[in-house]
Amino acid sequence: MGANSFWTTPVGWTLLTLGEIMLVILPLLVALAFFMLADRKIWAGVQMRKGPNVVGPFGLLQSFADLLKFILKEIIVPDGADKFVFLLAPVLTFSLAMVGWAVIPFAPGWVVANINVGILYLLAMSSLGVYGVIMGGWASNSKYPFLGSLRSAAQMVSYEVSIGFVIITVILLTGTMSLSGIIEHQAGGFWNWNVFGGGHGLNNLALSVVMIPMAVIFFISALAETNRPPFDLPEAESELVAGHLVEYSSSPYLLFMIGELVSIVLMCAMISILFFGGWQAPVDFSFVHQWGPIAQGFYGLFWFSLKICFFFFMFAMVKAVVPRYRYDQLMRLGWKVFLPITGIAVLLVAGWKVYWLVAA
Amino acid sequence: MALQAIAFYLLAAVTIVSAFCVVSARNPVHSVLFLILSFFSAAGLFVLLGAEFLAMLLVVVYVGAVAVLFLFVVMMLDVDFTSLRQGFAQYMPLGAVVAGILAFEMVAVSATVASKGAAAANVDPQAAIGQLSNTETIGQVLYTHYAYFFQASGLVLLVAMIGAITLTLRHKPGVRRQVIADQVARTPETGMRITDLKPGQGISE
Repeated sequence: MGANSFWTTPVGWTLLTLGEIMLVILPLLVALAFFMLADRKIWAGVQMRKGPNVVGPFGLLQSFADLLKFILKEIIVPDGADKFVFLLAPVLTFSLAMVGWAVIPFAPGWVVANINVGILYLLAMSSLGVYGVIMGGWASNSKYPFLGSLRSAAQMVSYEVSIGFVIITVILLTGTMSLSGIIEHQAGGFWNWNVFGGGHGLNNLALSVVMIPMAVIFFISALAETNRPPFDLPEAESELVAGHLVEYSSSPYLLFMIGELVSIVLMCAMISILFFGGWQAPVDFSFVHQWGPIAQGFYGLFWFSLKICFFFFMFAMVKAVVPRYRYDQLMRLGWKVFLPITGIAVLLVAGWKVYWLVAA
Repeated sequence: MALQAIAFYLLAAVTIVSAFCVVSARNPVHSVLFLILSFFSAAGLFVLLGAEFLAMLLVVVYVGAVAVLFLFVVMMLDVDFTSLRQGFAQYMPLGAVVAGILAFEMVAVSATVASKGAAAANVDPQAAIGQLSNTETIGQVLYTHYAYFFQASGLVLLVAMIGAITLTLRHKPGVRRQVIADQVARTPETGMRITDLKPGQGISE
């Protein structure tokens, strides 16, 4: 048991956790390169263009070429900029997007930190993402970035409220705030997923009337929360040139881009965990239970990645298909449409839980 | 455990230093950023205490929403802070007296709690919680034992909100508003008019 006791000492525990973090971050960053390419390819496909197709077969290496280019260019800091905050903002965006992955369970037991308020942790980290944009816009000491950061502040605060309410409906249904607990609650097949009421058997199926709109609202709010089109007002290139990104160049710009992409993929992971069963397969095949834990882990990882890819495809399609919202329309949608609907949904789910599930 | 001690001293030091920087920073935006850092480290201290629910709420509510609004306001304000600092020497003695009394009271309260209060009666406060997680415990206290007080505090907040809105609500005449229902209800009959123009004539309403 010599090896075992080493991993429980402070030094061993730190090394072990660092190793786990590396195991999450490195494949994630490699996957991101291809997510970035997929985003551009899908966008191009909708507009009947070819997209990046020069570097590598089908342009597969385009993101790596971009990476090299970004890193090798000179970092330009504007003269009147607040230098420290200016450089802190992209680092903050990137690291906040990354730390969210600490609580994401990729497969049964495959999670860096299985804390029992995991979903609140994710909400907290995504609500902190606004600081990168605000700080970057303010520190640039320029008009367009400042307007972009002001828009972003108002937008992200508004849509957080409805995301919070949607998350409350899921917490009510599953009775736990641990992400692993939420996924295990949806075991058994796609009809047990939270989007279809999250009940065992057909007990809760009527709740899908409430939960399907909740999943849609979560998806739309996730678009707004990550500044994706049609809610990319902070960087609306037709009005604000590029918003908070105007003064950024080279690797700070790269950190902003990667940070935003990571939080988009994180949102895709959140949707699949909260509503679509995370790593649960849509049909519970009995032969899978006889596999070893590692094979089962990769099986779960396969389904989880598949769901993330599907929602990323949806994100990319929305970017290609839907025109940008006007600012007042954005505010109206957040406060006058989503907030009342999600509030009523919380009431309905709570009432269902009290008067149907407990009484029955 | 050594790791916890290191984490505690690190977080506590960051909290205190950044709280000091909130008042000493020259730039108000830097002050708010230090305030955020202070909140965040305080949330870390909550996690060390085992109160992870409170920690997450601190981050979501104070860092994620309240401090964003602070930052929003401070960035937009065009206040000349050098003129605000003019009377510093004049207010200094009064401020020092107030700060001294506050510090004395805080020490007195914590000393009393340590010797006679709940902390002395129950050496390990986590032991009393038992199997419940602290989210469930807070829920029980707030929504079961003190439900009426909770409702009353909600009403107080509602009154404050309505008060703030009525203080600032102004109906300007002549403002053109967008009514979505009206726009959706437009038809070719109501939305356009076909006029037969004779050559050499304009349209007069």
